[in-house]
Formats: sequence, C-alpha cells, structure tokens
Amino acid sequence: MNQILSHSKLLVFLILIGGSQFLMGRTITICSTCKVSSIKQGIAMAVEYDTLLIKKGTYKEYNIVIDKPLTLLGEDYPVIDGEEKGEIITIVSDNVTVDGLFIINVGTSYTTDYAAVRVVKSENFLIQHLVLEKLFFGIYLEKSNKGKVYHNKIIGDAVDEYNSGNGIQLWYSHHVQVDRNIVQGTRDGIYLEFSDNVTINNNRSSDNIRYGLHFMFSNDDIYTNNTFENNGAGVAVMFSKNIRMQNNTFRKNWGTASFGMLLKEINDAEIIGNTFEENTIGINIEGSNRINYKGNDFINNGWAVKVRGACYTNTFKNNNFLYNSFDISYNSKVNDNVFEQNYWSSYTGYDLDKNGIGDVPYRPVKLFSYIVNRTPETIVLLRSLFMDIIDFSEKVSPVFTPDNLMDSNPLMRKVK
Amino acid sequence: MLKILKYSFYDLMRSRWSYVYFLFYLALGFVLLFLNNDLSKAVITLMNVIIVLVPLIGTIFGVMYFYNSKEFTELLLAQPLRRSTIFLGQYFGVAGSLTLSLFLGLGVPFVLYGLFKSDAIFNFTLLLVTGAFLTFIFTALAFNIALSNENRIKGFGYAVLLWLFLAVIYDGLFLLSLIVFEEYPLDKFSLAATMCNPIDLSRTLILLKLDISALLGYTGAVFKKFFGTDFGLLISLVVLLFWTILPIWRLAIKSKRKDF
Amino acid sequence: MIQIDNLHKRFGKNQVLSGVELTIKSGGIYAILGPNGSGKTTLIKSILGMVIPNTGTINVLDTNIKNGWRYRKEIDYLPQIANFPSNIRVGELIRMIKDLRQKPSEENKLITLFGLEPFLDKKLGTLSGGTKQKVNIVLTFMFNSPLMILDEPTTGLDPGSLIRLKKLIQEEKEKGKTLLITSHIMQFVEEVADEIVYLLEGKVYFKGSIEELKQKTDQVDVEHAIAAIAMQTTDA
Repeated sequence: MNQILSHSKLLVFLILIGGSQFLMGRTITICSTCKVSSIKQGIAMAVEYDTLLIKKGTYKEYNIVIDKPLTLLGEDYPVIDGEEKGEIITIVSDNVTVDGLFIINVGTSYTTDYAAVRVVKSENFLIQHLVLEKLFFGIYLEKSNKGKVYHNKIIGDAVDEYNSGNGIQLWYSHHVQVDRNIVQGTRDGIYLEFSDNVTINNNRSSDNIRYGLHFMFSNDDIYTNNTFENNGAGVAVMFSKNIRMQNNTFRKNWGTASFGMLLKEINDAEIIGNTFEENTIGINIEGSNRINYKGNDFINNGWAVKVRGACYTNTFKNNNFLYNSFDISYNSKVNDNVFEQNYWSSYTGYDLDKNGIGDVPYRPVKLFSYIVNRTPETIVLLRSLFMDIIDFSEKVSPVFTPDNLMDSNPLMRKVK
Repeated sequence: MLKILKYSFYDLMRSRWSYVYFLFYLALGFVLLFLNNDLSKAVITLMNVIIVLVPLIGTIFGVMYFYNSKEFTELLLAQPLRRSTIFLGQYFGVAGSLTLSLFLGLGVPFVLYGLFKSDAIFNFTLLLVTGAFLTFIFTALAFNIALSNENRIKGFGYAVLLWLFLAVIYDGLFLLSLIVFEEYPLDKFSLAATMCNPIDLSRTLILLKLDISALLGYTGAVFKKFFGTDFGLLISLVVLLFWTILPIWRLAIKSKRKDF
Repeated sequence: MIQIDNLHKRFGKNQVLSGVELTIKSGGIYAILGPNGSGKTTLIKSILGMVIPNTGTINVLDTNIKNGWRYRKEIDYLPQIANFPSNIRVGELIRMIKDLRQKPSEENKLITLFGLEPFLDKKLGTLSGGTKQKVNIVLTFMFNSPLMILDEPTTGLDPGSLIRLKKLIQEEKEKGKTLLITSHIMQFVEEVADEIVYLLEGKVYFKGSIEELKQKTDQVDVEHAIAAIAMQTTDA
C-alpha cells in the first residue's frame, strides 16, 4: 500500500509537470469543499486531455462515464463508493488514464455484469494503482486494445460462482498488458476470452473461487512470472494456440477438480521454467499437442502430470519431478509423447559410466496410478509395501502401462 | 516396574542385538543420505522402509527377548513383585531400547547431515514418532504371542506370520475388496480398514504429510473431512495409541493367569 | 506356615495336582518327594504363585496368596535349574536382587564361603553349572526370610560345597525357619529332612517323619522306603 501511495505521488508529480507541459491540459481539482465537488461534474466541465485531481474524501457516485480523453488522478486514495447501485466508471473514449482511486461497492446483478471500471471499445487506456473492494466485476475490458492494466489491487469476497464476477476480464481485447496486479477473492482472477497478443506478467492471483487465470479462445499470449496460489481450480488454458507460459508459480491448488494448470485443446505452446508445487494435479492435459515442457519444477504434487488422452507430440525435457505422489498418469496404452533427460526423485537406477545420465530407463507411470484412476478409494493404499511389489512387477514387465513410455536418459542430478 | 525396566534395558543395551539394530539403522541412514545427498528425499525413502521394517524387527526382537529371558522372568517371578510389573517392565525395557536404537541410529547420520538446518525436520520427527509407535505396538504384539505360545518355533512362526499379514497380505485383501466392491461408496470402509491395521495407520500418518495433495483429489466427503483437516491426524494418533494400549493391556491381563 | 486345601491343577489334559491337602507348621525341614511327574515342582510353584491353581486355596503365613505378591517377601526360593540372564555379571545380579527385595542381606559371607570372589565380574553365561548353582544358593540364602523353598539344591555341587550347603541348611533350621526341599538324592534327604511329604499322582500320599515312613514301609533306609511306596502303588 505504501508503495502504491509513493508511486501515485510520483505520478502525480510527473503528470503535473509533464502533463501540463506536453498535453497542455488543465487540472481540475475535485474535493468535497471545492467548487467542483463531484467527479461527474468534473468530467462534464473538463475538455480533452484535462486532468481531474481528486482529493482525499468519499465520493458516492456511480455510472461515471468518461467520454473524452482525460486523466482521473486520485490523491491519497479518494474513495468512490458506488453504494451497490451499479457500474462505477465506464470508459468509452481513447486515451483515458485512471489512477490512484479506491473504488468500493459495485452493484451486483444477475443480468448485467457491473464492473468497478469498464473500458468499452477504446484504445490506449491506462488503469493503474487502483484498489478495488466489494466488487462484482473488477476491471472489464470490452473490445478495447493497446492498453495497460498496471499495479492494481483487487480484493473480492466471492463465495459462490453464480453471483460473483471476475477480477480482470478481457473480452475481444488485443495487445493489452496486464502487469503487477494482485487479484484475490473473485470468481476468476484474470479471465481472457477472444483476446490475442496479451501479455500477463508479474501478477499474483490467489484465493479465487474458480480459476486464478482463465484463457478461452485467445491466441499468441504470453504470461510470465505470475503466481497462482490456492485458487479453487488453479489455472485453465483452453482452446488457444501459441501461448507462452514462463516462470510462473502454481501452488497449493487442492481439491477434486483442482490443478495447478489445466490445458485443454492447446496447441503449440511453450511451458518453460514454471514451478508446480503442492497441487492435487500439477498439469492436467487434454487434447493438447506439440507443447514443449522444459525446465519446469514439479514438487510435492499429487499427480505431477495427468494425461487424459488425445495428446500427441508433446516433449518433456529437463524438468524436475520431485517427491510427487505420482509423476505421470496416463489413461491409455498409447503414447506419442517424449520424455527425455528429466530428473525424477523416485528414480532408483545407477550411473556406472558417471556421465550424469542413469543407465537404466525410468518409467514414470506406475500401475498403481491406473488402479487409483479406476477405484479412487484405493488411494489410501499409497506407499504400501503391497503396492510397491505390484508396481515393481509392472516395471519389470509392463502389462497395463504403455511400454514405450519412459525416460531413457533420466538425469542423476536436479536440473538447476 | 521402573526397576525391572531399568534392568531389562541395561541387559538389552549390553546385548549384541541392540548394537546390530543400532548399527543397521546407522548404516541405513548414512547409505540413504550418501546415495540421495538430499535430506528430504532420504526421509521419504526412510518412511517407506520404516513402516515395514520396524514392525518386523519389533516382532522378531520381542519374541526372541521373551523366550530368551524366560529364566530371568522365572527368577523375578519368585521375587516379591507383581506379575504385571515384571512383564510390563520387560516390555518397556525392550520397546524402549529398540526405540532408542532407532532414534540414535537414524538421528546421528541425519543430524550430521544438517537436519536442524533443514525443513525436513518435521517429517523426520513424524518418522521417529511413527517408528516409536510401531516399535511399541509390535513388541507388545510379539510379547502377547510369546506369552501364549510355550513352543518357541510356533511363537516365532506366528509372529512372522502376523507381520507378513499386516505388512503385505492385509493390503492385498484390502485392495481386492476395494476393487470388487468399487460400485459402492467405499470411503468409510477404506478408512475403517486402515484403522484396523497399525501399519496402514502409520502409513496414513505419513500420507497426511507427504501426499496430502493427492489425497485431496478424491471426492468423498468423509475422505475430505479426514484428510483435509486436522481431524485425520488426530484420529490416527488416537487409534494408534489405542493400538499400543490394547496389546499392553492384554499382556498385563494374560500374564496374571499364566503358569510358569 | 503353609495351609493348602483341595488344590487342583491341570496343564491341558494333564491333571498334575488333584486335591492336595497339606499343612506345614512353622519350623523344621520338609522334604517333598515323589516320582517324576508327581507334581513336586508344580506344588512348589503354586506356593510361590508362579502356577495359578484351577481350584483350591493356599495360605502362606495365614494369608490367601491368590493375586497377592507381597507374601513372597517372606520366601526365599532356590529354583531348580539356575539359568540366569547370560548378559549380567554375578555381582550385578546379586545387587539387582538386593535392589528388588530391599531387605538386609549377608551376601559377602556366602560369597566367601563358596569362593565366588573371582567370578563376581564374570558374566553368568560363561559360568559352569556348578558355579551357577553356587550363585543360586548365595541369592537364596543371603536374605533372612522365615520360609525357604529349595528345588533340587544339590544339583551340580562338588562334595565340599555340598557339605557347606548342608551346614547352611542346618543353620537356617536352627534359626527357626521353615524349609521346603525337593531332591532326588535320598541320602541328602535322610540327612536333613525332619518330615517327608510324599506326592503321588497329584495327591499327598504320605506325610510324616522319616521314622514313620520306615515303619510304614518296613524298610530300614529311606531309599528303600520310597521305592517300596512306588512298588505298592504299582502293585495296587
């Protein structure tokens, strides 16, 4: 919070100096005792490229429509209280900046997706340093391109899926940057639908009731260095192409239908350097092809990777599989994916020629994982000597598991 | 009782077998740490070993001690001592010295490898607690078997069978019944079946720590309550305690009626 | 001192004691005799509480011994086969028994008497049968209890030690103690025993002095007298 405040102060300064020099806009000060005492009034008075400086205080307003290029700048986090009556800020013009506001009490509706801030068919927007609480939808971008959503803090209190909204939602919005936001307690932390070339970096999405990040029909997107923790069902990436997922952390997504990441109908993606830790399922893959998994860490998951069929020519290379209850689970006997040079903590082979590569192949699929897929209650027999004996015999002569599913060159040491 | 415990304990501490046991764990600890070079991984491997091996050693050692100390027992029986005192004293002496060997044998290598500076310490503690419970339970079971069987060969046979049954066969039957009745809701059954076997119970304690992510993937509400909250840990510990007390109690009762 | 009524004991199908009635008065040496398997050891162990009777009551020093253990403070017992825990040293064993009984004891005199000093630091497992028996004797005689039960005390003893043992037994008798002794050596019995209790088929067949036994069987020595009883019963 302090950081946000100091940022906003710096920006106030920069915009006061820079804005007045380059954009030649005026600054209209808004406060409860000023001549201009409401934001709506300020917007009505302002001309293009003006700055509205909103002083500390509480402004009970909603349906604020910004229809010209303006900068709304909060000083010391003025509170905009929508009193649960509906949408609070709607941007319908290009080149709008909203900065440093504390927006609360968005109206909840079963028919209209009210948002704290909505951008409609506009470009070059900048939404930053906002704090949103008691919201329905947080920041909703609708057919709006080339903007930036930066360093916002969205704290919802969602309990059920049906009457809650998403933290940051992009719908038909391309070339948008979503950076350094904190989203928690919403339905989907960040939701993308039909949005291409979006960059999602350094965000933290946690404790959301459905997905931390949810992709649908969105191509050529990149997300890096995000943390997704304790979301109802993890991160879902569906029906999309050419996604790059790098250096993200997926943690503690626990539950029956919960995964670090769910991939469904994803083609040609890169999944590199991510950490999947303590999830019920690290990655759940369904109908996803030509994906390159490299340098990921799978630590203490129930299932590191669960392959649910129709997955072809995926490559797993140089990943660390550490202390997972099950490394890989397959539900078919056919395997067209490659496992090469990964480190498996449960590998028990040896390396006589000391080249760092185990001399016997590692079979990551245990027979027991088949049994558990079939009769889930058998999970209580995990780590039992009887199971070890059965797994061992399956290892010696595979009957149920695909016999070409193995890492022929397992590493003896962890990939750094 | 403390006096008997003391003498049994001293007696055992001087016997070759305690050292063999101690050295075995020492070697196991060092070898695992040397091969894995990773404390957490070694602890996990050890857990798998412990839940099978500790019962075996506890059983064999318990039976062996009981038969070998027959003379000592008879000597004590003629002394003004309560019978339960004699047997419980011997029992705690054996179980105590086995536990001590376990703690020291595993503790030394792990401490040398920097246990106190690692985050594996909780797992390691759990490992030792589980090991101690299993030692106490299986030594008590062994004493019971030995007390009820004059014939050493028979006693040994039953003891090993008991171990084999609880360590391997039980789980096989358990698995089979789960698969045969897979159409029915089985979560209560499977938890109950787990409770009925101290080895499975200890395994559950370990699962709760190591495999909680996988366990929470199951839908059943009973499972969820058991594994998802501290409830499971609590229940497991209570039942494990019950498993310890029950054979000790039977030992005390049976010993009162036994002829020597 | 000891009062036994209607004592029955069965091991499996084997009825060992079937209605033993026996009263042992204070003072004197009682030899319990009988053929192999007549229930001598079972009777002794019943008195010691090591064997639990099926029916019947045993009173020692006027208290029923059922479920009791404190009365054993008043008994010194010499078990038949002195197989001690092999890891313990002789000295330690003596200290341990002293520690367990918490009574004044005079082990030093006895250790000297039987020449056990060089063995005090030896483990019991390394001792010969005779030496073990000497240790056994020390452990039994070092306390001063009113009742002594000696099961085959002469086993493995050399003649010198045997003489010392007999002397010890006489000394204890003179202190007014009651001694129960079983033995197969009739000469020894004849020398020490005041009264004989003859067990046969789980019952007390005869109880009386040696003289009475001789009279009853018309024999001149105990050995023949005992043998005669055995003959009579086989004839009958």
